[in-house]
Parts: sequence; structure tokens; C-alpha cells
Amino acid sequence: MEERGMNARIKALRKVSMETQPHIDLERAKIETEVYKEWEDKVSLPVLRALVLKEYFSKKTLYLGEGELIVGEKGKDPQSSPTFPELTCHTLEDMHIMNDRAVVNYTVTEQDLKDQEEIIIPYWKGKSMRDKLLASMTDEWKECYAAGMFTEFMEQRGPGHTCGGKNVFIKGYADYKIEIQEAIDALDFMNDPEALAKKDELEAMLIDCDAVMILGQRYHDLLKEEAAKCEDPVRKAELEQMAANLEVVPAHKPQTYWQAIQLYWFTHLAVTTELNPWDAFSPGRLDQHLFPYYEKDVEDGILDDERALELLECLWVKFNNQPAPVKVGVTLKESGTYTDFANINTGGIKEDGTNGVNAVSYLILDCMDEMKLVQPNSNVQISKKTPQKFLKRACEISRKGWGQPAFYNTDEIVQELLNAGKTLDDARQGGSSGCVETGSWGNEAYILTGYLNIPKIFQLTMYNGFDNQSGKQLGLKTGDVRDFKSYDELWDAFKKQLHHMVDIKVRGNNVIEKLYANYMPAPCLSIVTNDCIKKGKDYNNGGSRYNTRYIQGVGIGTITDCLSAIKYNVFDNKNFTMEELVKAMDDNFEGHEEIFNMVCNKTPKYGNDDDYADDIMQDVFKLYRDEVTGRPTMSGGQYHVDMLPTTCHIYFGEVIGATANGRLANKPVSEGISPEKFADTNGPTAVIKSCAKMDHCSTGGTLLNQKFTPSAIAGETGLDNLASLIRTYFAMDGHHIQFNVFDKETLLEAQKHPDDYKDLIVRVAGYSDYFRNLDEELQNEIINRTAQSF
Amino acid sequence: MHAITNIQKYSIHDGDGIRTTVFFKGCHLRCQWCHNPETQRFEPELQVDIPKCTGCGRCVKVCPQGAISISAEGKSVTDRDKCIICGKCVNACLGNYRTVVGQEYTVKELVKKCLQDQMFYEESGGGVTLSGGEVMAMDTEYIQALCKALHREGISVTIDTCGQAPYSNYEAIIPYVDTWLYDVKVMDDDLHKKYMGMGNKLILENLVRLAKTGARIYIRIPVVKEVNGNWESMADIIDFLKKNDIRPPQVNLLPYHSTGSHKYGKLGMEYPGQLLTTPTDEEMQDFVRQWNEAGFSNVKIGG
Repeated sequence: MEERGMNARIKALRKVSMETQPHIDLERAKIETEVYKEWEDKVSLPVLRALVLKEYFSKKTLYLGEGELIVGEKGKDPQSSPTFPELTCHTLEDMHIMNDRAVVNYTVTEQDLKDQEEIIIPYWKGKSMRDKLLASMTDEWKECYAAGMFTEFMEQRGPGHTCGGKNVFIKGYADYKIEIQEAIDALDFMNDPEALAKKDELEAMLIDCDAVMILGQRYHDLLKEEAAKCEDPVRKAELEQMAANLEVVPAHKPQTYWQAIQLYWFTHLAVTTELNPWDAFSPGRLDQHLFPYYEKDVEDGILDDERALELLECLWVKFNNQPAPVKVGVTLKESGTYTDFANINTGGIKEDGTNGVNAVSYLILDCMDEMKLVQPNSNVQISKKTPQKFLKRACEISRKGWGQPAFYNTDEIVQELLNAGKTLDDARQGGSSGCVETGSWGNEAYILTGYLNIPKIFQLTMYNGFDNQSGKQLGLKTGDVRDFKSYDELWDAFKKQLHHMVDIKVRGNNVIEKLYANYMPAPCLSIVTNDCIKKGKDYNNGGSRYNTRYIQGVGIGTITDCLSAIKYNVFDNKNFTMEELVKAMDDNFEGHEEIFNMVCNKTPKYGNDDDYADDIMQDVFKLYRDEVTGRPTMSGGQYHVDMLPTTCHIYFGEVIGATANGRLANKPVSEGISPEKFADTNGPTAVIKSCAKMDHCSTGGTLLNQKFTPSAIAGETGLDNLASLIRTYFAMDGHHIQFNVFDKETLLEAQKHPDDYKDLIVRVAGYSDYFRNLDEELQNEIINRTAQSF
Repeated sequence: MHAITNIQKYSIHDGDGIRTTVFFKGCHLRCQWCHNPETQRFEPELQVDIPKCTGCGRCVKVCPQGAISISAEGKSVTDRDKCIICGKCVNACLGNYRTVVGQEYTVKELVKKCLQDQMFYEESGGGVTLSGGEVMAMDTEYIQALCKALHREGISVTIDTCGQAPYSNYEAIIPYVDTWLYDVKVMDDDLHKKYMGMGNKLILENLVRLAKTGARIYIRIPVVKEVNGNWESMADIIDFLKKNDIRPPQVNLLPYHSTGSHKYGKLGMEYPGQLLTTPTDEEMQDFVRQWNEAGFSNVKIGG
């Protein structure tokens, strides 16, 4: 494996992080079970939850890696994955599967199995949130869920996905305790019917503050001990400094850059250990939060860029040491990765709207470049005010082809947040976390609730509400499409099916939201999220200033092309009849080569800056957006849409038969807002134009993947062009773009399966061409040349 | 109207910034290394990817001229004398191995296409490049109307030309063109005739006249070992430019490549450049030095 890192220390830490196999760690689950056995029904629910964290942090195995400068792991060592039986109580079969599966596997030992069987399962079976949730859903919901009409984020995991605001970097847990105590003292037991519930919640927060400080104290003592034993004077001094850091944080406001990073890390561990909030937790604008400390330390002569970078690289290793908590079943399919989606935003704007790029921003880019880790997921925020130098440095890293950093449009994100009702100040403090989802950091619970399989809803329309994959009538009977006389009739039928399915999804969501509000508070996350203390309310119960829920639409490219194929061929040009098309779909296009060729190659498709198809995309988008947006959540917030898939487009494709656009049965649907795989044939500017026709500002985030060969963006000119593509997309209010740069293996695949790579453009010599259009010999030449250019 | 073979977006090697390059069909020169043989003839043509043809025979059935048959090797064979480029076989071919190259656009349609990427041009300092084939060999009124319309929209226009067209055609569009990419191949008239099919007299005259108007001209030199890939040939070109006081802001030395050769077969043609060779990287570097020493500072290898 490639060694990376700025020095021997980082290389060694990174090596451990990269080479350690993720494994199950039951210590948390066992301690939690003890706490529940002792305290359940004796204390309030929030307090019970807080006691779990306190006990775990008081008893957990501490880890101190060789050469570490930042301390703390969620489990007993790097790549440990604690389990959360209060959310999902894994069966022994689950445990075997997670150990044995070929990808995203976690080692489970014999002892783990024994503990699970003897301690965890007997206590938690039937009591987990997953059990409660599934028991509360209607048969209709269950059938649709099982058939892959939608997914459910809270099925195995807690509501997650938020990002710290600036508080996380300027307040210690002793400071929070004062605030919390003040809130308790101010409770009005004379008039407020919720005063007791608030007191329970606030007391739980106090316990959680202690929990974090206990962990800090234990590490302090360990470091002192290790320092005393250490014979290497350099390391000894480091250990002493680390112990000294812990005399300040996490209890108090950090005094140095180093302490600020350590404080964040403890908060990260606390929030992600308290529950399993999918998408972990994120530090928000890390560069801006760290900059004041950096500046002061540099002035005081106690920090230089080398040390500042080294500490960032240590933090990166810490992120990478935490695999996502184990997923199984559908949840694994929608998010099949070890990545826990902590997402670091760099650049952007400051609270006052001015350019936010600073010296730490560049150090973060260097760190990202040097470390090449998929965790933390790193991105840059680009605003109109972002210096070109910063954008180009980010492009330089991005074109290395491993997908980071992704690029986000700060100015558009501010518009999204304003549109969703935030104040300008709060909007400017927002950004994207998880994949691309927008929120006001430190102020908002913006919960993803699940992916919606839009192409499958359309497929139900094609079969009068019947799902030929599960063999069930999942949709409404909107009529036999073969009798439809016009495109409008088809559109109306789809509209009804969409409405029906979103109703089912939201009804389920509302129940789930209440289940979490009632049974699974997150007092620690509530401490660091604005207004929870003030309101005495939990994050999972509408305590934060803003409460947004998202439904993520998947497959806009696929459904657009399906509608275009029908409008163009059946109604506008009468190339074939609906009956013939449905028959072809039934037969997976076998024996219907003519129709197949027409819908694949002779029909306007989304992604080519062709209004025929792009108008349809806009119609679908608006219909979906308006169907979801503004629906009330149970905590007084509103629903909004996102357009992103994680890995769900593959799962959603698996459960759909052949579609009208020529996508064969069970093949993936389109991802994000990217065009269907074989649809875009006019190059990157056309894709960007098509995608920008969607009104991004009215979403909570969209995702666009753009593919390149290394040679198409080579040299200084290539960098300029890449930067121009990004600036132009963002000028058109695009939300997010990321780049894939093809390697030799992909080109070899493209040679074998040209139809899957119709949109792959390669630089030939003096001109560019589609790879599929080149003869084999030339393809070989380019494959060899591309290999050399790496 | 004129046939256009391709409108290439995100074109990044035919002038500055991100561009859209319009390839017009038709050219009077017949450069042996031409990598766009489909742009040589002025009329639309049928292209058939014979190696990929499965011999299914669907094209045979739909051809109104009876121009297509299936060979003993199981490949379609098209009698190009009988073919009227009606496009019926193109629609019939399930593998899309048959295409008609050359589509006609009105000025209005073409301008609309070119405007699609306006925001990219403006952000990157790019624009539209009219290329070919030989754009200057097209109908002057059409090209003038096109350039004028693009100019009115604020689009920066670049013309990529081999110089083989009446000077009046150039004169007609000078006010609307920002940059000229002007090909110069070889000073020796006989060599020019041998490899380009025509002499270079008009080409060089046009260059001198155009330069005198103060036009911004990038000189582009395809470098082919057998034709001009030597010190003397380069020196001749340099001397010519100096003598005529032509000071291009950029010179591009474009090493010959055979990557267009695969297209000839699709058009029923044979590649005439079999014996041509590419200069080595070292030789290319030597040429750059030669130009630099002669006082031309911005000399690039490649487009």
C-alpha cells in the first residue's frame, strides 16, 4: 500500500488506519445494557440516555496510538465499530453476514457472537428502535418498503446528519453546564406544562457534559502516566503537552489551535457514540473556526505551518479510524460503504458575507492532497468571492481523479437556506454535510428520511399501479397506458401515483419522527445545537432552531428519458405504439431491437442541452418538488427535497424491470442529477447546461458527477478550463459538482462495453472524440497513453 | 447553406478558453495527413463502419436505390455511385454503424447552437471557432452573416483556416473576427503541390494581406517529417514571416499524427498518408528552440 503523510509519524498513523480491518466492538453495547438494566424505569428517558454515555466514557478502553497528537477513539482501537442495540439489535445471522460478506465486512469474533447471544440479544430483542419502528408501520408501507419504492434512514440508525456551528470551537463543556443550569433555573413550574420534561432533558445534558469531561480527564491521566514512563525526551514533551491541553479542553474554551482540534474531536466522539446518527457529525467550516487560534499561535511563536498541517493530518487519521456503524439489509444497499460521511467544508464565506478563505483553508487542501483518504469526505465551498488561486488549487487535487474535493456553490446554498426560511446570518453559517445536503450549521436538524424511487413510481404508472417485480399492486389503478390517447393522460396518471407514494412515505415518516422524539433523545447532540438548551428540548424532538426533513429523489435522468422516449416515439412521431413499447419492456427488449435502438439512440435525452428532454426533466422535478416541499414535519418544520443517491441508484435499479428509455431490467438507474449512463453525448458543457435547468435553489442539495479523462484537463490550461466549468455551473446556480477522472482500467472496461460508456470523451490528438467512436487500435493507443500520463 | 460535420462543444484546443468549434464540410486542399477526411468534400456523405457491420441486411431492404449488398464476408457493401444519401439505411441500422455526415443549418439555427455555451465562453475567455474543412471556402454571405450575428451577441469568433480561399472572403468578415488560426505548411511551392494538392501562392498572399490589416493571427504549422520537419523548412517559414513583418502572438507546432486514418475506410477512401512520419519529441523541442531564437517567444507544441 502506498505510504502517505507529511512525515514518519503521520505515515505510521495512516498505515495503521488503512491496514486495520474494521471490526465489531461490543464494549459500548455491553455497558449500555448494564446501564439500562440498572436504571431503566428509575430515571427519565433523557437521563437514562445520558447515563449510557457517561458510563461508557467512564469505563471504556482508552486507546493511545504510537505518536498520536490527537487522542480518542469511538471504540477500543482504530477501525472499531461500536454497535447500537437500542437502534438495531443484530441477530446472530446478521453478525455472520457482516463478517462474511465480500465487501464492507466487519470482523466478528467468537467472543462477540457469544456476547451478542448471551448479553445483547436477550435484553434488546424486540426493544430496539428498529423493532418499534417496523411494528408501527402499516402493511401498505411495509409492502412498498420491501419492494424498493423508498428507503428509510431511521430504520437502523438515529436521525443524524448535522454539523457543528462555531460554538463547538469556542465553548467548553463547563461553559455549557453554566448555560444549562441557567436554563433549569429559569424553568417556570407555575405555568409551563412542559417544565418537567424540559428539566429531564436539561439534566440529561448536564450529565453528558460530565461524560465528555470525564473522558478528557481519563485521557489526561493516561497521558501523564505515559509521559512519566516515556524515555524519549521529544515524545515525553509531546505527551506532557497533550496532557496539559486536556487541562483546558474539553472543559473550557481552547487556548490554542491544537486544543481546538482536540476539543472538536471529543465532541465528535461524544455525538457519534451517544447514538449512531448516520452521517456522523462534522466540524462545519473547520478552516474558519481554527483560523483565530492559528493566527494567534503563529504570532505567539508556538505554531508554524508544518505543525499546523501535522495536527490536521492527525485529525484526518482520526476520522478515517471510524468506520460507519454496521449496516445490514436495505440500509446497507442504500449506503454500501464504510464511509461515515463526516464532511469537511473549506472556503466559502464568513458570517458577514465576505470571503472566508484563509491560511488554514490552504493547509486543509494540502492535508487532503497528502492524505488521500475517503474519510473525512472533504469538499470546498466556492463563492463569487473565492480567490481563483484557491479554486485552482482545489481543481489541481480534484483532477487527480479520486473524487475529492467535491465543489459546492456557497452563494446558491445561501439562497437555498433563505428559501427554506433561515435568516441571512444563519444562512451564511450554513453549508452542506453528509453528501450534499444543506443546513444551517449548529442551528438545524436537517434529517434525511429516505430515498424515493421516482423511476419505479413511473414504472407503476406504466403497469396501472402493479409492480411486476414484487407481484403486488403497490400503486393506484390509474388506467391502462395502452388506452391513453395523449402524453397528458400519461402525465396525469404519473402525478397521481407520485402523490400516492409520497403520502405513504410521509405518513410513515411522521410516525418515525414521533417514535424518535418519544423514545430516543440525543441530549449530547442537543448541547451543541443552538436553541435546544434555551428551549429545554431535544434535538430529536424539535429542539433546534430549524427542523427540516428531506426526501431524496433518485433517478431523475432515468425517468426523464422514459417520458421523453414515450412522448417522442409514441405520441409525437408515432414510431411505435404504447402496446408495442409495453410488450418490449415486458420482454426486456429482447426481440424488439428496433424499438430498443430507437429509444436508446434516436430519442432526445436529458444531459445534452436539448430542451425537448430537459423540459420534461423540469416538469418532473417541479412536480416532485411541489409534492414534497412544504409538507409539515411533526416538529414544526417543513419538508424539502434533495436530489442525491449515495449508492441507492444501484439498489433502486435492481428492483425495476426494463424501462421505456431502454434501460434493461435490474440495471442501475441514473445517479444524482446526472444523466442516465449512456444518454449524454455532447460533452461536459451540455451536461452542465441540462443540469442547471433544474431550479437548484428550491432544493436542499443536488449531486452531479462529471467524468473526464486525464488528458482532457491536463496542464495549466486544463486547470483553467476545469475552474471555468465550475464557475459557470455555479453562476447558473448549480449546487454541487465532482469529477471523476478515468484511469486505464475504466478505459479497458469502456473498450469491452462501449454502450455503457457512450459519454466518455477522450483527447485524441489535436481533437477530442468519443472513445466508443475510435477503432480498437486507436483505443489501445489512448489507453496506453493515458496510463503514462498518470 | 452549408453542410456541417460536427459542432464540438467544450472544444479546448482550437483557440482560447472553452469554445464551440463548428466544422464546415468542404476544402480545396487535399493534405495527405488530413485527419478529418469527412470534411474534404462539400456534399453530405455516407459513412459506414464496415468492421463493426454485422451483415444483418436491414439496410439492404430499405435502400430505395438498391445500392447496398452483403459481401461474402458478411459485411454490407454500398455502391456510392448509386447512393443518394437519403439516410434510410441510417435509420434501419440497429448498431448505428451508418451515418450521414454533413447536416445543414440556417445561420439562425447555427447561432442558436453556438449561443448555448455562451456562459462558458464568457467565464473562460473562449468563444466560437469556425473550422472545417475550410470555412473560408464556404459561401461568403453565409459566413459573413454568421460572424456578424455571433459578434452582435458578444461572442468572440476565431477562424481556423488553411488560407486557400479568395481574399474577398477574408475581407468580408475581418471586423467580426477576434483571432485567426492560420495554417502554414511549407514554403516550397512544389512540395506544397505534392502534399496538399495545390500550390501555396494564394495562401501566402492572403496571409500577408490579412496581417497588414492588423488582424490577430496565430500561426499553426502541422509538422510532418517528410514535408517540413527539418531545420531548413522551419527557417523558410520564419524568414517569410519576418520579411513580411508578421509577428504572431502565438505559434503552434502541431506534430503529425495518424489518428484520422481510421476514418478514411468509413468513407470508402484510402488513406494517402501511409508513409508520413511524426517528428520525435526531441526534434519538436529543437524546432521550438529554433523559433525562440528567431525571436518568436510564444511557441507551443500542440493546439
